Amino acid sequence: MKIAIASGKGGTGKTTLATALAQAAAQPVQLLDCDVEEPNAHIFVKPQWTNHKDATIAIPVLDTTRCTNCGKCGELCQFNAIVTIANQTMIFSDLCHSCGGCVLVCPEKALQEQPKTIGYIDTGHSGEITFIKGTLVIGEAMSPPVIRQVKKTAAADQLTIIDCPPGTSCPMMTAVNGSDFVLLVTEPTPFGLHDLKLAVETLRSMDIPFAVVVNRAGCGDDKVDHYCRNEQISLLLQIKDDRRVATAYSRGDGLLSALPELATQLRSLLTEIEKRINQAQGQTQGGGTQ
Amino acid sequence: MKIAISTTGNTLDAAIDPRFGRAARFLIYDLDDKTFTLVENEQNLNAAQGAGIQAAKIIADNEAKAIISGQCGPKAFKILSAAGITIYPCDAGSVAEAIELYTAGALQPAKDATVEGHWV
Ligand code: SF4
Ligand code: SF4
Repeated sequence: MKIAIASGKGGTGKTTLATALAQAAAQPVQLLDCDVEEPNAHIFVKPQWTNHKDATIAIPVLDTTRCTNCGKCGELCQFNAIVTIANQTMIFSDLCHSCGGCVLVCPEKALQEQPKTIGYIDTGHSGEITFIKGTLVIGEAMSPPVIRQVKKTAAADQLTIIDCPPGTSCPMMTAVNGSDFVLLVTEPTPFGLHDLKLAVETLRSMDIPFAVVVNRAGCGDDKVDHYCRNEQISLLLQIKDDRRVATAYSRGDGLLSALPELATQLRSLLTEIEKRINQAQGQTQGGGTQ
Repeated sequence: MKIAISTTGNTLDAAIDPRFGRAARFLIYDLDDKTFTLVENEQNLNAAQGAGIQAAKIIADNEAKAIISGQCGPKAFKILSAAGITIYPCDAGSVAEAIELYTAGALQPAKDATVEGHWV
């Protein structure tokens, strides 16, 4: 079962919820930090690191002795990452999306793909949690390949919780893609609601079942509740606005050390999600499957 | 010899476009015949990335030896330099004024990219 924790905007408590869910699970669980531009779940998980590897993409490298500067590669590239100008061909690897097209189109076989490190994948353990973190190298622009490599590092058949990047663009979609269920974390404020609506649109277009969790409930208004009711979106959990959470957070402690009573609620949340996934799969496959 | 000027308009009196990669178009001025042609840069206005690279290619493909514009980023700078094109940052009001300053030798060539960033 793969559950992605996402939110339309940053700072809603997405990471805190993802971490607390993994800690409350009371079974072997994988927690993936896919917020690769600013991974910070490890602060709360405090894992023992066991593995470190590079995340790479394949980028073309030019053999100038073969290149005739015909310009075919640059005409093909949709990303302006390779260009022939005044009898020189240049590659701008930070714009390259690794589509491999230029390598195929080159009539002189002057281009070859080589791996380039754009990030790191770290694996660690803490209790029953297997923690996998992706980090994008500063200055690199392509986070989706790093996110995909974090997800590939995880075992397929275990309960998996994915802490997604905020927003609704490519990185977020890459992170939620392939999950069985998404929890959208929001705050009961006008900003929270605005970004929640965008996230809902994205998930509906991707056809992934989802539900909403309201964090800091009581700090704002009830417009999120109204919206969810009108749109028939389940609001599965409200985490109350509590000073103890902020205090714990500033110490690098998670939600559960501030509100231990939440653990039972989080376990029921996992059970509820499992039930819904099974229902959804039963509907699409015409039978009850795991 | 030809020089290029980024511009928002269609005439010599038109304003310089301070953006290079996302300039509306380029006026290619022939210093010998005192004539000019216009080259649209429209495919670049909406390019997600690398607009400066394609704009630099337009300048080189049109055989201009200098470009007068506002801002030029690191990638465009690299290509233009490799193609032997000199970059003159200029804040003159109109294209005609810029050409005058250029022919009078009053413009200083840029030694480095004049702006950082992804939009170039
Ligand atoms: S397609 Fe091949 S030969 Fe042609 S310019 Fe590109 S690298 Fe050189
Ligand atoms: S691999 Fe694709 S994106 Fe990269 S330079 Fe070649 S054509 Fe462009």
